[in-house]
Amino acid sequence: MSESIIQMKEVNKWFGDFQVLKDINLEVKEKQKIVVCGPSGSGKSTLIRCINRLEEHQKGQIIVDGNELSEKTKDIEKIRAEVGMVFQQFNLFPHLSILDNCTLAPIWVKKTPKKKAEEFAMKQLEQVQIADQAAKFPGQLSGGQQQRAALARALCMEPKIMLFDEPTSALDPEMIKEVLDAMVNLAKAGMTMIVVTHEMGFAKEVADEVVFMDEGMIVERAKTNDFFANPKNERTKLFLSQIL
Amino acid sequence: MININILKPTSSNFQTYLYIGSALIFIGIFDVFLRSFFNINYLTFLPGSLNFLFPLIIGLVGLQMIRLEYSGNRIVDKINQNINNNTFNAGLTLIIIFLTLLVIPPALDWMILEATISGDTKEACVATEGACWTYIKVWFRRFMYGMYPNDFHWRINTAFIVLIAFAFVGYFMRGKLKNYITFYYAILYPIIAFIIINFLISGGSFGLEWVETNAWGGLSLTFIVSFFGLIFCFPLGMILALGRRSELPIIKYISIGYIEFWRGVPLITVLFMSSVMFPMFLPSDAFVDKLIRVIAAIILFEAAYVAEVIRGGLQALPRGQYDAAKSLGMGYWKMQIFVILPQALKLVIPGIANTFLALVKDTPLIFVVGLSEVVGMLQMAKTNPKWLGYAMEGYIFASILFWAICYAMSKYSQYLELKYKTER
Repeated sequence: MSESIIQMKEVNKWFGDFQVLKDINLEVKEKQKIVVCGPSGSGKSTLIRCINRLEEHQKGQIIVDGNELSEKTKDIEKIRAEVGMVFQQFNLFPHLSILDNCTLAPIWVKKTPKKKAEEFAMKQLEQVQIADQAAKFPGQLSGGQQQRAALARALCMEPKIMLFDEPTSALDPEMIKEVLDAMVNLAKAGMTMIVVTHEMGFAKEVADEVVFMDEGMIVERAKTNDFFANPKNERTKLFLSQIL
Repeated sequence: MININILKPTSSNFQTYLYIGSALIFIGIFDVFLRSFFNINYLTFLPGSLNFLFPLIIGLVGLQMIRLEYSGNRIVDKINQNINNNTFNAGLTLIIIFLTLLVIPPALDWMILEATISGDTKEACVATEGACWTYIKVWFRRFMYGMYPNDFHWRINTAFIVLIAFAFVGYFMRGKLKNYITFYYAILYPIIAFIIINFLISGGSFGLEWVETNAWGGLSLTFIVSFFGLIFCFPLGMILALGRRSELPIIKYISIGYIEFWRGVPLITVLFMSSVMFPMFLPSDAFVDKLIRVIAAIILFEAAYVAEVIRGGLQALPRGQYDAAKSLGMGYWKMQIFVILPQALKLVIPGIANTFLALVKDTPLIFVVGLSEVVGMLQMAKTNPKWLGYAMEGYIFASILFWAICYAMSKYSQYLELKYKTER
């Protein structure tokens, strides 16, 4: 087994006086799928936003694919290009068509020739089954389609790691499935994934391990089956009894 | 007590009331029309104030008589809903109609019917009481070209035609060239414009006689000042807006200081200083033309306003757009150029148009340094001993010119707004 692609050691983060992350230790190996769950405000989103340095941690070490993230990191853009992210609010660029959304970063960041980038983007859009929407603008798509487009956009950068920040929380119930299906396909293709979600069905289906967070700490981390069958911590039990 | 109900229509007798009411309203309006257009007052037998108020009273009674909800007549319903829903609004409606009727004839008389445009001297205007457009005709070239020598006016015309031609080059850029369209308009075009104006209007080479900028003036100078003002204050404002939101403290505070300084001083003092004080700080052998100094002052001044307008647009964008751009590996400049600015600028088109219109209308202020664009030339013509007493015509002429320019700009900004509307 290859060594860890993400390593977090004793990571601490404060927003002002409020400590959002407390001594986080987390290792993720290549092709591993991790689901992070926990009550709102427990620091899940902040945790994964630290991995591509959308948030800066103040103490501890985060190493992504051999590069340590710190203020001194020069090529943070290079690391970010290898770490794709899907957001709760999709965050598509509303002034660009879906296809342009997908090709913008490959063309300007990775310097892929336009034609090649477009071909690759169409392939990704086909994967998430919205190739027919390529010429439309984000505002003309449904929530589920937008989120799948956002997934395709991230995949167009051919990332090594994918981060999902509550990808289905802003969607209507009937659209959740289409997004989860796309994510399951991606997982089966062997992507390294860290998913913050409340969709326990998804966790059971694809996750190798589940991490439970509360009040900025990792309370429990276990193999998926163990996590659901016999949770050890009281708080985990309480959370599971409420959510399942 | 008078039973006012007699004036209230019901659905059964509405037809009768409609005829009588309309007739009364018509009589009221017709009365004012006669008084205003033909100076006929057929009600002199009435006592003074009643005579004066007669049209209003009779009109109000008429409007009262046709006021009925759901009369069944579409036009009457429209009138009742919009301008006749109560006595106060009915009164306002009538007064506005009457005032319009009273103002039109004298204005029409003065501007067209009794106006003169024939002849080349003031004498042509002496006989009439209307406007003296002869004055505008005689001074027209001065208003357009200032004190620029008459024989060389073709140089200004050619320069502007060439400039307009170059402005349309963007439309013919296809394929690969299209990627350079921003570069062309932001950098190349201003340089081309400067070179053309320098060689053609300023002259001094290629056998063209040199004309110093003091002689430039009139509408052409308005265009030159506005043109360079607009194209340079926009990019400068954009950089300042980004600077003010920068995370680097030095850049941030320099931008804030710049913006707050220039927004705090009146343009007229800035212009004055650019022309009088600035040369004192220069080494004695250095020389920067007055017109260039003035344009630079306007650019620096307006850039501060543009910066704040653009900053408003930047702040309106949700943080998710920044997150998404960063997560795709874009650096600061790529993020700004491809994701943030296109959206922010689209949002602030109305605000930018506002600032640009203000800039164009601020150009007359350059008279404080002795440059006379169109309003400045007007001042000069107004005080010319041969043509005393025609200030009104001049100001109306200038108003029409500025209105036409500004209205065109405003329409263009609306067109841009529509063109770049993608969401919803």
